[in-house]
Amino acid sequence: MSDWRYRLAEQRGTLLAAGLFLVMFVIYVSNHPAGFTANVVQTAANKGVLLALVAMAQTMVVLTAGIDLSVGMIFIFTSCLASYIVIGSTPLALLGIVGVLVAGLACGALNGLIVIYGRLQPIVTTIATGSIFYGIALWLRPQPGSSDSFNSDIADFMTGQLPGGVPVSLVALVVIVLVVWIPFRRSETGRAVYATGSSEVAAYMSGVAIRRAKFVAYTLSGLLSALGGLYVTFITYSGEASFANGGTYTLYSIAAVVLGGVSLFGGTGSAIGAIFGALAFRTIGDLLFVFDLEPLWQPLFQGVVLLLAVCIGAARLFQVRNRLDLFA
Amino acid sequence: MEGPAPLFRMEGVSKRYGGVRALEEAELTVNAGRVHAVLGENGAGKSTLIKVMAGVVAPDKGRMTLEGREVVFPDPASALEAGVACIFQELSLIPDLPVADNIVISNPPKRFGLIDRRTQRRIAEQALARAGGEDIHPLAPVKDLPLSRRQIVEIAKALARQPRILILDEATSALTAADVTKVFAVLKRLRAEGLALLYISHRMHEIAEIADECTVFRNGRNVATYLAGTKTDNEVVEMMIGREYSHVFPPKPNVQPDGKPPVLEVRNLSWTQRLREISLTARAGEVVGLGGLDGQGQRELLLALFGVLKGVSGELLIDGRPVPISSPRSAKSKRVGMALIPEDRKTEGLMLPMAVRANLSFAALDRLSRYGIIDRAAERKAVEEMVRLLAIRTDGTDIPVGSLSGGNQQKVVIAKWLMVSPRIILLNDPTRGIDVGTKQEIYVLLRKLADTGAAIIFYSTDYDELIGCCNRVLVLYDGAVKRTLVEGEITERALVASALNIATDTREPSLAPAVGA
Repeated sequence: MSDWRYRLAEQRGTLLAAGLFLVMFVIYVSNHPAGFTANVVQTAANKGVLLALVAMAQTMVVLTAGIDLSVGMIFIFTSCLASYIVIGSTPLALLGIVGVLVAGLACGALNGLIVIYGRLQPIVTTIATGSIFYGIALWLRPQPGSSDSFNSDIADFMTGQLPGGVPVSLVALVVIVLVVWIPFRRSETGRAVYATGSSEVAAYMSGVAIRRAKFVAYTLSGLLSALGGLYVTFITYSGEASFANGGTYTLYSIAAVVLGGVSLFGGTGSAIGAIFGALAFRTIGDLLFVFDLEPLWQPLFQGVVLLLAVCIGAARLFQVRNRLDLFA
Repeated sequence: MEGPAPLFRMEGVSKRYGGVRALEEAELTVNAGRVHAVLGENGAGKSTLIKVMAGVVAPDKGRMTLEGREVVFPDPASALEAGVACIFQELSLIPDLPVADNIVISNPPKRFGLIDRRTQRRIAEQALARAGGEDIHPLAPVKDLPLSRRQIVEIAKALARQPRILILDEATSALTAADVTKVFAVLKRLRAEGLALLYISHRMHEIAEIADECTVFRNGRNVATYLAGTKTDNEVVEMMIGREYSHVFPPKPNVQPDGKPPVLEVRNLSWTQRLREISLTARAGEVVGLGGLDGQGQRELLLALFGVLKGVSGELLIDGRPVPISSPRSAKSKRVGMALIPEDRKTEGLMLPMAVRANLSFAALDRLSRYGIIDRAAERKAVEEMVRLLAIRTDGTDIPVGSLSGGNQQKVVIAKWLMVSPRIILLNDPTRGIDVGTKQEIYVLLRKLADTGAAIIFYSTDYDELIGCCNRVLVLYDGAVKRTLVEGEITERALVASALNIATDTREPSLAPAVGA
């Protein structure tokens, strides 16, 4: 086989998710009363980028064969924080943005340290830390709101359009992929993350730096969740310590990751696939809207799509010859 | 033997696992530009030796020197750094990563801090070419490769690290004869380049072809080191056997054919490449042993019989009638009445955090329930009877089974299956890591079960057990039955020789060890 067929096979999950999203998005805009206009795309992009960022965050941890149930809560916490410190003149607000991102990094690093040195299961660790992050968010913002001097100029720019109608949020997402994901994917640590998730024993035997890999994965997960949190504040101009939103984003991030072809067993998949998974998952809801269906149908419909996608992914299990491998 | 400056030397290295001595004051000298073969039967300490050298296991005591300087390997990474690369049996490849990524995994080439994929590709292609795997595509995911190709990738991966000592642990066991020839050409070239090679294998003809010197291990000690070609196969087998202790076994009654069809009969059983045309019979009252070196298909054979494997071909007859067994559930049904005592009791045999009582009654719940509700009184009675019968030392039946000693845990596993009164009992190395006293209780129990009419298939890595317990022993080699030993033929010499797939003269009376006398 030639090179491109292997590369294609490696990207199969990502390409499938991209295809799924494109099909759904085309159906969506062609049935939208306003059609394919800059405003429709801008709204979709702003909504989509939130889940896309949280899904990227989830991907980092899932690649190590772990799971991060705190991504939604870091998202909420950093959003509340942003409503306090992204204030004043633009230079000052930019400093605030850096502060929000550092807070996200710290949340992720805490998760990583507990999982690595406390040897606790990721699922329990992140339920506990997620509660803590939510607690801090609630303490910051018992009621939804924002600081009086909130810098709405940056917020407007980040959620607006560039000349030509390209949504800035989409550009921001591409920049984050180029600056965070691509270097990570090509770094030694990135490879160590894949190796650890695929087979921790084999990685250890090969002398791979497993601890560093996990630490970086969790920390980057925190950073990406914080970018999502920042964005929700840009969109709403405020912070809200909503437990429901935190939980929803956490669960949807897992759904998006699976739709995007990232294996929950770790070791395979790409954050780019997860982004398309997130966008596709978001579009399901929008489709119901343009077809005038009851919004009440949304969870049911999303569930069916997710289940079908997962079934396709599980088809390889039919090839297993030793049934004990099914449990491995 | 010793050159002026050996490349690597280990002295007085000991390692214990619980009460078991894996290595005892072991010594080994490895020289550059030589192939050093390590021989020994199951449990002789070969694998522990390699693990110590590769930094996987820390020895309890002893020292290792590299070019005269003392070295300590706390983890595999530090052993690699010192130039000791080990080829394990398919343990160290990352299944989801492509071949090229795997080859450079421990030290990928970098440019501007990121992995340089072009250089990586070049290194991978060169390493594959050196290892005789030019046909393997560097971008293919390892999990899609057949076993023999993976083994080549392992070798390529080790070579890409530019090691000074290369350890090959049964590295050829998954290879075809053509592949072995290629690999040997590679190894000979590496030897000429000045590498030290440590070659662990049970294939005597391979050792004869490639080794310069050999060390024989027995009971964790190195018992002899000699130049290759200076000993006959007979002498080598002689050095490998000879145990320090002997168990006491219950007498073996002769089982006469009674005209009835055997309880279990297997005809031409095959599964993928791991089992080849295996036929066997087991009559009521018989203990049929499975011998041979570790990993020759014994475990797979038991799993195949128990309905765990998919795609098994061949015929299975119970009481002379063909019966399909498609899952462990159908294997344990009343019509078949099969039980498997698994190898790894901690994962396949017991639910460690659950109570002794719950563990014991799991397989028999259908017999202890009425209309789907468990009859607690009947359960308690049956469980207590089992605890008494097997003399399981436990503080009541409500404590977690994980808190019992290893030997008593194993008794619980056996008792659990006895509760369904099985007629066919498959045992997968049931006495591994168990104290001598419990072992003997298990031997007595096996014989008792056979006497009450059960047919027993017994895989053991301990040759003494096969000699002491079995009416017949099938020796497996490479997934096929190489030899069947009956009653008096079951001697340690015959077991070792047929396990290694070499012909030795078994009729030489003065050399046959005294067994069961």
